[in-house]
Amino acid sequence: MSDTGIGARVLRKEDNRFITGKGQYTDDINLKDQTFAYFVRSPHAHATIKSVNTAKAKKMPGVVDIFTCKEVEQDKIGGLICGWMIHSKDGSPMKAGPHPILASGKVRFVGDQVAVVIAETRAQAKSAAEAVVVSYGVLPHNVDAADAMKTKAQVHDAAPDNRVYNWSIGDQAATDAAFKSAAHVTKMDLINNRLIPNAMETRAAIGSYDTGSDHYTLYTTSQNPHVARLVISAFHGLAPEHKLRVIAPDVGGGFGSKIFIYGEEVVCVWASKRIGGRPVKWTADRSEAFLSDAHGRDHVTHAELAMDRAGKITALRVNTTAAMGAYLSTFSAAVPTYLYATLLSGQYNIPNIYAEVDAVYTNTAPVDAYRGAGRPEATYVIERIVETAARELKMDPAEFRRMNFITVFPHQTPVIFQYDAGDYGAALDKALEMSDYKNFASRKAESARHGKLRGVGFSAYIEACGIAPSAAVGSLGAGVGLWESAEVRVNAVGSVEVLTGSHSHGQGHETTFAQLVSDRLGVDINSVAIVHGDTDKVQMGMGTYGSRSGAVGMTAISKALDKIEAKARKIAAAVMEASVDDIDFKDGTFTVKGTDKKMAFGEVALASYTGHKINSSEIELGLKETSFHDPSNFVFPAGVHICEVEVDEDTGLTKIASYTAVDDFGTIINPMIVEGQVQGGVAQGIGQALIEGCHYDKESGQLLTGSYNDYNMPRAGNMPHIENFKLGFTFTKCPSNPLGMKGCGEAGAIAAPPAVINAITDALGIRDIAMPATPLTVWNAMQPMKRAAE
Amino acid sequence: MTAVSMKVNNKTVSGEVEGRTLLVDFIRTNLGLTGTHVGCDTSQCGACVVHIDGKAVKSCTTLAVACEGAEVTTIEGIAKNGKLHPMQQAFHEEHGLQCGYCTPGMIMSSIDIVKRNGKKVSEEVIRRELSGNICRCTGYHNIVAAVQSAAAKM
Repeated sequence: MSDTGIGARVLRKEDNRFITGKGQYTDDINLKDQTFAYFVRSPHAHATIKSVNTAKAKKMPGVVDIFTCKEVEQDKIGGLICGWMIHSKDGSPMKAGPHPILASGKVRFVGDQVAVVIAETRAQAKSAAEAVVVSYGVLPHNVDAADAMKTKAQVHDAAPDNRVYNWSIGDQAATDAAFKSAAHVTKMDLINNRLIPNAMETRAAIGSYDTGSDHYTLYTTSQNPHVARLVISAFHGLAPEHKLRVIAPDVGGGFGSKIFIYGEEVVCVWASKRIGGRPVKWTADRSEAFLSDAHGRDHVTHAELAMDRAGKITALRVNTTAAMGAYLSTFSAAVPTYLYATLLSGQYNIPNIYAEVDAVYTNTAPVDAYRGAGRPEATYVIERIVETAARELKMDPAEFRRMNFITVFPHQTPVIFQYDAGDYGAALDKALEMSDYKNFASRKAESARHGKLRGVGFSAYIEACGIAPSAAVGSLGAGVGLWESAEVRVNAVGSVEVLTGSHSHGQGHETTFAQLVSDRLGVDINSVAIVHGDTDKVQMGMGTYGSRSGAVGMTAISKALDKIEAKARKIAAAVMEASVDDIDFKDGTFTVKGTDKKMAFGEVALASYTGHKINSSEIELGLKETSFHDPSNFVFPAGVHICEVEVDEDTGLTKIASYTAVDDFGTIINPMIVEGQVQGGVAQGIGQALIEGCHYDKESGQLLTGSYNDYNMPRAGNMPHIENFKLGFTFTKCPSNPLGMKGCGEAGAIAAPPAVINAITDALGIRDIAMPATPLTVWNAMQPMKRAAE
Repeated sequence: MTAVSMKVNNKTVSGEVEGRTLLVDFIRTNLGLTGTHVGCDTSQCGACVVHIDGKAVKSCTTLAVACEGAEVTTIEGIAKNGKLHPMQQAFHEEHGLQCGYCTPGMIMSSIDIVKRNGKKVSEEVIRRELSGNICRCTGYHNIVAAVQSAAAKM
């Protein structure tokens, strides 16, 4: 291993601009003559729009224009789409209502955008927005998933009883039969709390129309600029792809929320032409982000686990209601189906699984993928019920898991996936050792001496990522393929540019992707540039989400590098007058077997461009190759996380006493970056378990957690201390890609919530507690025990 | 409009601002120093932290006119003669940043924390005093490590 190759802890190449204040985020970009947009948003959860009066607002200082759905419809601008078609178990297609970029006829959640004000300054646009008079006819509303199918509030005419689909997976009859013969059945009702993603950079966009060339540019906070261009071209009908450039510059975090195509960004592009070609800039306030970014999770689930006399799991039955919010966001339909129920087997050999999912409209912001996307919800169900079952059977939760682990690979689950490789027992052993599980009892006793209840909780998670084989997802309803592209350009001096369809918004691609190139071509890591996030530079790509940039994006680069190497061998052979078969390539140098002839990689690159010693009728000049990599399977990272908590008996405050994460991510390119991903993911998982929760008021439909005053973000003090947060890795090679990589971006957020809740319920000696387990929730849960003790 | 004049990163600057103009907007829009970020509208996330007369202040909650005559330092002003500030260097070496958006505010707050608490500032104090800076990427683990590492060198 070189000091910058695969496996090296290389410090990040991209850091310098961020630590010196030179990053270029969308809001940092200002275009000549730009205007500013501000959106008029609905104050009601559900209402008809009777009229919109913009007369007074249009006369306010600095106002350029104000648009509503009227102008959108005049220009025949299409609505937002859901890119995944799910069919109900009766075979009918999902029932999707319209999703206009500015509300038409009705508003369906607090924050739904009704009009856009464009003015010379942001402050002027904001002031004028307050002067737009909208007359509403208030309708009954519903904000709860559990009530959606029995409420009077009908969100979309297209979906009777607010049911988007009723989908199922697995063999119902076989599962029911297994339950009939079960020796023990564990049943649980579980809620996966709604979360708000909260990337620190809010969404922003600048739409710019060039009247001279009839060409549009959109700067936007996107995880996948090419998909944005495709959707804006194909569905909104704004411009064909060659007339629209989408640039996602530095992006300040995404966590899923910046995958989706939102109305505001489309409005900026469209409005720029409407006002004669001046750029239109919009940057969301944090309050707007809370209201209008796609939220995550929000599942209500009943689950049942059947076991035989020995404690072997024989069946799992799950029924979930998943909130979609008021509109179907870009990938929303796939989240509680193919990204959720397909993972319900967890790490366990479960012969029979049946799951049924109702997706329902509610009068809230849309719900879509948020770090983990369906897989945290599945892991929460399986890891909570397995832990509870172990306790009911009076078995050690670690050993109960071990006796049910899948040990033979490949393993076909009853819910589509074929797990390709893993060693779950190895991760469990390592986690038990690192967390010093055998001495837990003495730590518990020590905590008790200080008035603290100590508990331990496990989470043996698995996820499917590296999404995804295109034909497979196409057969399941995806509107796009999920391959990735790469182009490797070797310059005449031997430096390398890699153009990738993956997009980095914190993941460190500029470093890890360069490590791969350095490793393969033997070039200095500082001679490699990673280019991404601009549709004029990179031809096509599917972007970054679902922990796919390593397994899919880097594999595309690796395949392009294979082609580069093959061609460079031919050129080296030509120049050194040898047979290609006699050329060796190692550490950046081509040699001819059995001779002292050699050429550095840079010399071969130069030769490919001068063409002086190459017969160009046999070998095409230049050194540039592309690859579109379509994965043959999902990848299956898995691991065991063990959390110990200390609960203060007097206040109900839970502290993470220690956290141990052992993960199998296959090949790791840069352990420093991978550890950072786990630490950040676990923090989000701890946030969900302990403090984070999105709340809408049932009566008014208002978002109660609409700022950092109300929505509790994890702070430095919520996390375990450095010496108590232990990370370890196990290794099984992923067989479906040449690098053997799995994926690490979501694991922490997937694994942590059940580990924390299992620890709290263990500490308190109770069966269940709701997330977030705030001090109040925990204190309330302790009162019956205290009363019983008194 | 009101005329305002201050020293930003050791350079005297002036401009015409509205009474309601926030310092962060003056820095970002009038001066074009976009390293200082806005992450919220309730003065909680800390992405906008700068130093005013040597103290860490949230520039989203400070009026530009209130800084008349003040000495303001932003993230762009802490490297000296092309050499990174020890806190910048430590964030790089400890992998204390991912998307980088909260980073300028984190670094400016952290410098102030070390200045007030000394080289041996404890992990407990760092975690408590960073409660006004939110990071969504790192889980704070490496940020805390970076502050400790820089403290020893400052």
